[in-house]
Amino acid sequence: MVMQALYDTLKPRFLLGEFTKQRDDLAFITVEAVRLHALLRHLRDQEGFTHLVLLTAVDWLEDGQFQLTYLLNNRAKRQDVGLRVLIARDNATMESIHDLWAAAATYQRELREMFGIDFPDSPRLHEDFILEGWQDIPPYRRDFDTLKYAQENYRDRPGRETRDPAQHMKQQLYGED
Amino acid sequence: MAYQPDRSQYPQKKADGTLDIDLASGKYLKLWQGPQHPGITGNMAIELTVCGDEVVEGKTHVGYLHRGFEKLMERRTFMQCFPIVCRICVPEPDFNEYCYAAAVEELAGLEVPELAHWIRTLILEMGRINSYLMYLGGQAGAFGQGVIGQWTTYVRDLMLDRFEELTGARIYHMFIIPGGVRDNLPEGFAARMETTLQEIESTLGDVERVMFHNAVFKKRAVGVGIIAPELLDSYGITGPNARAAGVAKDVRKDQPYLVYPELDFEAVTGKDSDIYTRADVRRRDLLLSIDLIRQILVKMPKSGAVMTKLPNVLHWKIPRGETYIRGECSRGEYGYYLVTDGSGYPRRVNVRGPSYTHSIALFERLVVNANISDVAALLVSLHTYPPEIER
Repeated sequence: MVMQALYDTLKPRFLLGEFTKQRDDLAFITVEAVRLHALLRHLRDQEGFTHLVLLTAVDWLEDGQFQLTYLLNNRAKRQDVGLRVLIARDNATMESIHDLWAAAATYQRELREMFGIDFPDSPRLHEDFILEGWQDIPPYRRDFDTLKYAQENYRDRPGRETRDPAQHMKQQLYGED
Repeated sequence: MAYQPDRSQYPQKKADGTLDIDLASGKYLKLWQGPQHPGITGNMAIELTVCGDEVVEGKTHVGYLHRGFEKLMERRTFMQCFPIVCRICVPEPDFNEYCYAAAVEELAGLEVPELAHWIRTLILEMGRINSYLMYLGGQAGAFGQGVIGQWTTYVRDLMLDRFEELTGARIYHMFIIPGGVRDNLPEGFAARMETTLQEIESTLGDVERVMFHNAVFKKRAVGVGIIAPELLDSYGITGPNARAAGVAKDVRKDQPYLVYPELDFEAVTGKDSDIYTRADVRRRDLLLSIDLIRQILVKMPKSGAVMTKLPNVLHWKIPRGETYIRGECSRGEYGYYLVTDGSGYPRRVNVRGPSYTHSIALFERLVVNANISDVAALLVSLHTYPPEIER
């Protein structure tokens, strides 16, 4: 109820999209990329959502979109809100929020490296985070094939038999078919 | 007269706010602490730029431990992910199991039996004790008190025995499975647990006298590494690091999960927010966990189902949805963000480990102007585990 009321209040001002109630204390709201920064500032300063829990991306490869999820927590009201922002996969760029939460710069650095999403002006964005000298496409994108990469770059250890886990379990449970 | 540090040698700031460090000038020195170093927590490294024995800049480097868990899980069925998740955090793996299981249960619409909730809470508190015991040894070790680590390792081993008889494993328990837990408590478990708890309490009494009343420990830990309370939100600080600053941030109280609403406790807080207070908050939190385990063993139902019926896990598809599950681990807020797309595989799993913000953004801020000899103690006092940074 609290989240629905908040959504109804903010909807006209920030032109909010879809509202999904997940639990009594957790809801997800779709927001346009251009309105995100102002909405985050409003939620932080006016609505008590002061804690940035996480910032991450989901790759919807088939739709050609990245979903950025900004999860905020209001400790006093025991509420969480996840803001979903859909951006184009090609030349993915998003406004940086390091000015709102200092810790966001680290999340953005990781997203640039792992998903190839650019956050202009984010501090130390182009410094290597986890990978060093990575040349391939960003590895957490859905079109990066880990198996193919491993086969091309590493050798199998000799004398080791590998099985497809799904087939193996089927055989274990149901026998030969 | 108050000590006036000589700032004439200090680097100027460039227009973009970064420091203008000219290594060729001979005023500064780059020092690497880690990835193999006694003063580092796990497999990470910090790149220090020092002027004399004072740090002017510190950068955290991770990547030595990256196993790509989040990506691996996108190629595995929901049940195949279960034995992977515990490996994301070695010293306290159970939160991964709980958060993952609870996220899957929520999106798949599974009801978990009540007894399973009690056993889950018990396991999480046992894991918290282990994690704090390891921390106390590390914190004392960072100041050269090796014996504390030997004592806490001994009692931690006793708790690992309890884990072994309950789950069959000592480190990676793989016990909190989506749908419930794997088994009920073995016979006589409560009595053996009580003996272990008494042993831990006795050791903690020794630790308090030898470590917390020690003049050297006090001199080096009091007033060092202070986290100002106004930094908490900006830097995403949770857990004992926040509670030592006087803010009673504890997910067990703020957004209670499992059976915490039925347990009687208050969040442990401190007020000075320095290394000493953080260590003391953790020691008292450890005593709280001992108390919670006793409450759980008395209040929990003695029999009942511990597992709900799962669909065929080989063909288990979960409808499209997304959720976030959090818990209070020994280091702060631990959480799983799970996105499903209606297929038999997770679309995306994102692990929110408290060390992510503590050991990068926060540490890089706190280390500036620290003495080199305090860097190890400062890092340990934030209680960070690298595997949860680079999942």
